[in-house]
Amino acid sequence: MDRHLRRSTPSPRTHRAVSPWLFLLPGLGVVAAFNLYPFLTTVHKAFTDARTLTPGTWVGLRNFQDMLDDEQFWVALRNSGLYVLLVVPFTVLLPLLLALLVHKQLPGVTFFRSAFYTPVVASVVVVSLIWGWMLDDRGLLNGILRFLGAGPVAFLGDEWLLLFSAMALTVWRGLGYYMIIYLAALANVPRELHEAAAVDGAGALRRFVSVTVPAVRSTMVLVGALSSVSAFKVFAEVYLLAGPTGGPAGQDTTLVMLVQRTGTGLNGRVGYASALSLVVFTIALLLMLLVLRADRKEDR
Amino acid sequence: MTTRTSAWEKALRYLLMLGVLAVTVGPFLWQLSTSLKSTTEDIYAYPPGFLPERPTLDNYAGVADIIPVWRYALNSLQVAVANVLTNLVGASLAGYALARLRFRGRGLAGLAFVAALLVPLESIVIAQFTMMRDLQLNNTLIAVVLPGAVGALNVLLMRNAFANLPYEIEEAAVIDGANVWQRFVRVALPSVRGTLAVVAIFAFMGAWDDFLWPLIVLSDSDNFTLTVGLNFLHGTFQQNPRLVAAGTVIAVAPLLVMFACLQRYFFRGVGEGAVKG
Repeated sequence: MDRHLRRSTPSPRTHRAVSPWLFLLPGLGVVAAFNLYPFLTTVHKAFTDARTLTPGTWVGLRNFQDMLDDEQFWVALRNSGLYVLLVVPFTVLLPLLLALLVHKQLPGVTFFRSAFYTPVVASVVVVSLIWGWMLDDRGLLNGILRFLGAGPVAFLGDEWLLLFSAMALTVWRGLGYYMIIYLAALANVPRELHEAAAVDGAGALRRFVSVTVPAVRSTMVLVGALSSVSAFKVFAEVYLLAGPTGGPAGQDTTLVMLVQRTGTGLNGRVGYASALSLVVFTIALLLMLLVLRADRKEDR
Repeated sequence: MTTRTSAWEKALRYLLMLGVLAVTVGPFLWQLSTSLKSTTEDIYAYPPGFLPERPTLDNYAGVADIIPVWRYALNSLQVAVANVLTNLVGASLAGYALARLRFRGRGLAGLAFVAALLVPLESIVIAQFTMMRDLQLNNTLIAVVLPGAVGALNVLLMRNAFANLPYEIEEAAVIDGANVWQRFVRVALPSVRGTLAVVAIFAFMGAWDDFLWPLIVLSDSDNFTLTVGLNFLHGTFQQNPRLVAAGTVIAVAPLLVMFACLQRYFFRGVGEGAVKG
């Protein structure tokens, strides 16, 4: 069919050879100039001592050696790593439970689905400021805690509580997004499977573990991969809750925050920030491959 | 549905859904409520009052006294609209070429978009920033738009949409002597309107909500977008949460309205982006 289409195209030969590239020009131009080329310059600059206003000279691996001695780097790596470890299990599991909750066609269920998606639509800046206000020493959450006879808790005053609060915000924001992905997967699970299991007398938990989970396992892996990469790159939530300097003594700095802080400004250390960027890139890619590989291994 | 839902299961489900509703939507309502409370009302009162005693719009005027919030909204709108247009044009053209035209180097072109998808934006913002400085574009709204003007994911979404069209629909146009451009505009584009809508909505939302890149590239507070402006407001006037609340409501309201009107495209976009991207 396709060959036929090509043969019968009336346009002259030269036109046909050029026009595909004319179609591609805007898209390929933007992607090459503003995605691929900056990546190449990042790789190059990582081995220089470039600053914002000076191109810098080749310094070999020195930026990476400096990193090993940079206490801020290790704090940032720890925070971004913890973010993945503590956020991902929740973003894989909670949205699945939520999807199961709204999967069943009950009156009004579409309203609930849309409502649960609201935090995804709002900008991360907006929701971070909303949470910042709720987590305030005298905010809503402490009001509720006080009602329960506890608190007050200085959520934003302690380095760890602050990080955990940001993580909770990230999980909260992902609920609706990943729920929709799971709903699409659940729509493909044959209902008979559940019914057969129910007839066999399997309880809800049993059915979840032995029917639902295997049926949506590849989606769980996908969600795991997506959310680990995005958790590792976390920036806005922590930046807004902890402030530009990363909370008490900078202890809540994440890797991307460190990149932003190091590489911008009039005297930004572009070379060092590029080296940090390469670390972000490499680990993000490895995380993606690792999670997807785990899936393939389970298949055997 | 053959299995019937028992009454208690129904009750339990609605109870849980209401609980989740309170957790997901509650914070927005609390913020709205805070933004409507007058300066004489104690926003720290215990127990917390959910309904403003005397609702007022003073805070919306107040926030405009501190930061040019309407100007920021206009900046965000310009960036978002530009991002929608460039993505629609660039992604549909490139997607069509990748899906429907045969030419030497097509595989390589497709690979370039996949490769771009693998590079996290966070790892190239510094290089993009340096580049904009070199181009003398830093601190302009053009610089905010350029890096995402044609998203690789959008190109691949459009490619999939065009690839899924049956060839028959273009055949008639070929027989009528239509050239590539006419086939693209008259036949192919109208057949992928749904995907175009998804691309448009996510381009708008992505640009409106973006934070890291505008934060880095914009330094002059006149050119801030809403997200960067809100961050600025938050940093300087944290002592009055009413004003910050008013600012966030201004930033989130347009998107919530858009979402309410165009929900099905939002959900479709998540499915397509995740599964095929």
